[in-house]
Amino acid sequence: MSLQSLFNALENTGWATAIREGSIQFPAIETVHVIAFATVVGAIAIVDLRLLGVLAHHRSVQRLTRELLPLTWGAFALAVATGSLLFASNAVRYAGNPAFQLKFVVLALAGANMAAFHVGAFRHVDAWDEAERPPRAARFAGAASLALWIGVVAAGRFIGFIDPTGP
Amino acid sequence: MSLAQFSQTLAETPASVFIQSVSWIIPSLQTVHILAISVVLGSILLVDLRLLGLVGRGVALDAVVRRFAAWLWWSLLVLAITGSVLVVGEPDRSLTNPVFQTKLVLVALAALATLAITRPVAGDPQFWTATPARLAAGRGLALVSLAIWLAVIIAGRWIAYAI
Repeated sequence: MSLQSLFNALENTGWATAIREGSIQFPAIETVHVIAFATVVGAIAIVDLRLLGVLAHHRSVQRLTRELLPLTWGAFALAVATGSLLFASNAVRYAGNPAFQLKFVVLALAGANMAAFHVGAFRHVDAWDEAERPPRAARFAGAASLALWIGVVAAGRFIGFIDPTGP
Repeated sequence: MSLAQFSQTLAETPASVFIQSVSWIIPSLQTVHILAISVVLGSILLVDLRLLGLVGRGVALDAVVRRFAAWLWWSLLVLAITGSVLVVGEPDRSLTNPVFQTKLVLVALAALATLAITRPVAGDPQFWTATPARLAAGRGLALVSLAIWLAVIIAGRWIAYAI
């Protein structure tokens, strides 16, 4: 089965059709998606700004990340779940939308940046946990994360303007 | 002049025509608007979760309030500016839209609920923790402010569907 026919089958399922054709389903799911990713971006920005030494620089980095982790991942899971439903409602058109494709490239880069930070600078966090100005690698990871997440939001916002399948 | 007439006049101003004619201006402004919403939501979440005792118990409440209130108010200014330009660009979508009008009322309420949390701390750092009754009131305000901010986001997203 090609990817195209898979997306076709996906958007023709009963529930995907209901989201596409119903008057309230799409905006309702989209609203939850906005609240979820705004929480993700807000929480990640707090950690990024801490890594950059801009915000909360008297606090332990480990403690801050540990406290924000459940909120961030919970909201991220909700964003993925609602995003998947929105995608399914118009899978073929979204998959072919350049803004949508760009969004997922940038999202993957944000994930790679986080993974690199975890196996890199964060491994030695004990050495700079309370530092007002974390080491260069950590500051770089924070700046890259901020820029990439801004890119994810921007690409996401352009999806509806490049291929207006929905408002 | 009625609101509908004002909206019409605004849509014909050179500024509005310019915003409408350049395709990337509106989505770009909306992107900045959404990023500012993320900062407001992140900030109010940390203040409210600290009041509720769920996050940041190792840090004094007034320190959390002071740190995040600043981000919240500056973001609110960014929201007001980007939002105003969006209104100039698409007055018909907003001014006469009942969902937009509701959103403005909700923003005012959200700001008041947030001020009700942050103002007392400015005068007395121990304000919300002084007595059990104060703490209960503070936690109630935390839930109320969070609920109103979420309602603001819901109304904001719904503007597009209520034209």
